[in-house]
Amino acid sequence: MTDAPLCLVVDDSRVVRKVARRILEQHGYRVEEAENGLEGLGACRRTLPRCVLLDWNMPVMNGLGLLKALRSEFGPDEPIVLFCTTENEIGQIAIALESGAQEYIMKPFDEEILVGKFTQIGLL
Amino acid sequence: MALDWLARLLRTNSGLVIGPDKSYLLETRLQPLLQREGLDGLGALVERLRGDGPRLAQEFVEAMTTNETLFFRDVSPFTHLAAHGLPQAAASRPPGQPVRVWSAGAASGQEAYSIAMLAAENPEALDGRAVRILGTDIAQTPLGRAKSGIYTQFEVQRGLSAKRLINHFDRVPEGWQIRAPLRAMCQFNVSNLLDDPAPLGAFDIVLCRNVLIYFDEATKRAVLAALARQLAPEGWLYLGCSETAVGLCSALGQCNAGQAVYRRAGTPC
Repeated sequence: MTDAPLCLVVDDSRVVRKVARRILEQHGYRVEEAENGLEGLGACRRTLPRCVLLDWNMPVMNGLGLLKALRSEFGPDEPIVLFCTTENEIGQIAIALESGAQEYIMKPFDEEILVGKFTQIGLL
Repeated sequence: MALDWLARLLRTNSGLVIGPDKSYLLETRLQPLLQREGLDGLGALVERLRGDGPRLAQEFVEAMTTNETLFFRDVSPFTHLAAHGLPQAAASRPPGQPVRVWSAGAASGQEAYSIAMLAAENPEALDGRAVRILGTDIAQTPLGRAKSGIYTQFEVQRGLSAKRLINHFDRVPEGWQIRAPLRAMCQFNVSNLLDDPAPLGAFDIVLCRNVLIYFDEATKRAVLAALARQLAPEGWLYLGCSETAVGLCSALGQCNAGQAVYRRAGTPC
């Protein structure tokens, strides 16, 4: 299992983290979790994941804050970041992509959408 | 008896084949129709179909069609279209003449609009030529959705990148609507693949993907022959990734082993 790629799921919802974990582990990923952006940043500094599944609205540090910190610290390409959020306005999506996210998933999502997005950008 | 009669009617009217192992589909898919018509079972439906006009027969066929589709389904045909199909079709057309595309079995239009997106993203490959996309289907209801160009949040996340979503769609109260210039490229009409498509004219690109799988061999042969006749001399035909014309239509030559891409037999790939 240690050769399996690592995905960090950053979301203040335990349910979302659990659902995402189940799907990603079924598709060969190791999963770590964080409840907010600051925890997520600490996790990335300890072990840089292959990808981050990132909520937007979280306490302490929101998703955009974490994304900007990751891009500043690790560069434009790693880790791959997919937002996964209830925010579904075009402006929000544009901000996410311009800030360095590679993809954007709007909640609610199902396994097909999550796996499809991962496949689209080469993570599966 | 009712199941057999309905299966025969379905095949006659649409080419769709329901084998004995799939007869449960008749029972499950027709329930909404039975309720709408106030019928208590398939036997009653048969009696009504024997006496009714074409309306109920059309609704019966529509209830049995599989309208599963998504944007950029299977990916590789659209990669081929962008790299080869569209540019070569454009190059074969005199200046000012549009590239004509036929999405046969268009359902709710995601395939047609995927091609429209490719056209919008690759203007240099088209060298100024317009693209006209005709989407046809035997079922009216999904075509109505196609004409509106409005899709749910789930639908726009299947096969579509976030970048394409914000580049080509607007948020509307009902969901997401593909933008007007791309809707203007597409026309959607009811059409039966069992009918002679000659009135539709010649097409530079034809897509008939994941439709033939529902037909028996005789119908596949007839439909493929008709599609081949509608191909422009240097046109391209795209089938579903699990489908083949090899051994079914000598008028077509396969271009790429493993990809369901065809041209008229004898046309170099």
